[in-house]
Amino acid sequence: MEKRVSFKGVLLPLLLVLPQLVVTAVFFFYPAGQAIWQSLFIPDPFGLSMQWVGLGNFDYLLSNRYYRASFATTAVFSILVTSVSMGVALFLAVLADRLIRGSGVYRTLLIWPYAVAPAVAGVLWMFMFNTRVGVVTWYLGLLGYDWNHVLNEGEAMGLVVAASAWGRISYNFLFFLAGLQAIPRSVIEAAAIDGARFWTRFRTMVFPLLSPTTFFLLVVNIVYAFFETFGVIHTITSGGPQQATTILVYKVYADGFVGQDLGSSSAQSVILLVLVSLLTVVQFRFIERRVHY
Amino acid sequence: MSRRDGMVERRGWGYWLSHAGLILGVAFVFFPIWLAFVASTVSQTEIVRPPMPLWPGDHLLENYGKALASGVNAPVALMLMNSAIMAIGIALGKIAISLLSAFAIVYFRFPGRKLFFWLIFLTLMLPVEVRIVPTYEVIAGFGMLNSYSGLILPLIASATATFLFRQFFMTVPDELAEAARVDGARPMRFFLDILMPMSRTNIAALFVILFIYGWNQYLWPLLITTDPAMNTIVMGIKQMFPSGDDIADWPVIMATSILAMVPPVLVVIGMQRLFIRGLVESEK
Repeated sequence: MEKRVSFKGVLLPLLLVLPQLVVTAVFFFYPAGQAIWQSLFIPDPFGLSMQWVGLGNFDYLLSNRYYRASFATTAVFSILVTSVSMGVALFLAVLADRLIRGSGVYRTLLIWPYAVAPAVAGVLWMFMFNTRVGVVTWYLGLLGYDWNHVLNEGEAMGLVVAASAWGRISYNFLFFLAGLQAIPRSVIEAAAIDGARFWTRFRTMVFPLLSPTTFFLLVVNIVYAFFETFGVIHTITSGGPQQATTILVYKVYADGFVGQDLGSSSAQSVILLVLVSLLTVVQFRFIERRVHY
Repeated sequence: MSRRDGMVERRGWGYWLSHAGLILGVAFVFFPIWLAFVASTVSQTEIVRPPMPLWPGDHLLENYGKALASGVNAPVALMLMNSAIMAIGIALGKIAISLLSAFAIVYFRFPGRKLFFWLIFLTLMLPVEVRIVPTYEVIAGFGMLNSYSGLILPLIASATATFLFRQFFMTVPDELAEAARVDGARPMRFFLDILMPMSRTNIAALFVILFIYGWNQYLWPLLITTDPAMNTIVMGIKQMFPSGDDIADWPVIMATSILAMVPPVLVVIGMQRLFIRGLVESEK
């Protein structure tokens, strides 16, 4: 796409792009380049020199038990976060869409948790399930269930998933509701006249028509689970117990800043970089497709 | 009657069930926040002897006052100010540099234009989380640790907003620029007098999204603000927990959590229309 009309001048446009160019070069391309460069070296223990190891860091990582475990943890975590938050949101959106009026009120009531930071969501859920003072823990205790996410790996995973999915319901609800309301009423009514019950209509018509929204949300939520949930994990479990909730982003932080292992941390950054790029490509291809629909 | 008043659903039991389901959903979403609010209004002794009450107590002023004035490591009032400066700085900074470069890309033919376009396109892919270690080194090298510019600059180095404005400028009728040119208006006049006023809504919508994005940052402030006086409120909450076996000061911590939510939540509710528009636009 090009504009027919353009202004003359070379210096002015260059001046106009300069601020963005400088900020992006210094704070984006240079660090990203550094990450790639450092991933090929191992610093000596005193940090005085760097030893070239080629792809050694990657070799080491991919054969490392903990790193592979972190991959598996990330997969489980993102699948759970994505399916729980999208499932709940779709359910609520379908209900709101059935209402003749009032769906706007529910929308207002449901969207504002979007503004709650993942780290704050983490603190709220950690408080509810705190082993000493948590209200939910206490009532679970009454029922005879001894909740302890500090020791139990499954419960720790469950808690970080719940806190991450909770904060995401608003966003998914908003997009699902918009998607549902964009489906022409006449199509649904025609099916209803033909005697299709609600569930049949949903399964055979509504859900397929909603698939562009669903697919878009799938990608966006996976990206969210990969990167933006750092705050939830850091506040609730700090990756524990026994690394049961150490997702990839958390490991970059733990190895790079806590463990000071720059080579490995950079190699991990590069692997994440490749993962995000793949996700972005998927997303863009999908958006191109959507234009044709 | 609205268009939704169709023949598909009568007001049968399904209708009331929908309301019931939604109310349950709203309750589920509200519960953690309600609990935090209650905890911020009771005393420490009421919390450490579970179960804590589920209805607000009468220590609200005391807890919030204590949090704002002294906090645990740093007064929360200070952290609120830091967060506000960071969030507004990110929003305004990103909007400013993006408006300028989008204007240049759309309305000029200059050497390197294509290259520049692809360079910023690349930045769409990498969240700051992926390049934290080297970015940290850059900031440390500039001596920007514990500074507002260190908090803000790395987070405005991406091009989402540039794309948004580019898309919008492409939809502006060519006749406007042509008329401006014929009238002998200089490019910057056109930008300031015509393009900017037309972009008002887009700018506002983007501001809402970027403000929330900036306010809710966690990892980056955690890394570069080692001085408690520079902590932002979202990352500062975690720092209020004692490291050892001591009992956390729950009422003050929960008051801080509520305070951390209030500004972005007010923005979302107060500017709901702009917020939804911003969300949808920025994901296109």
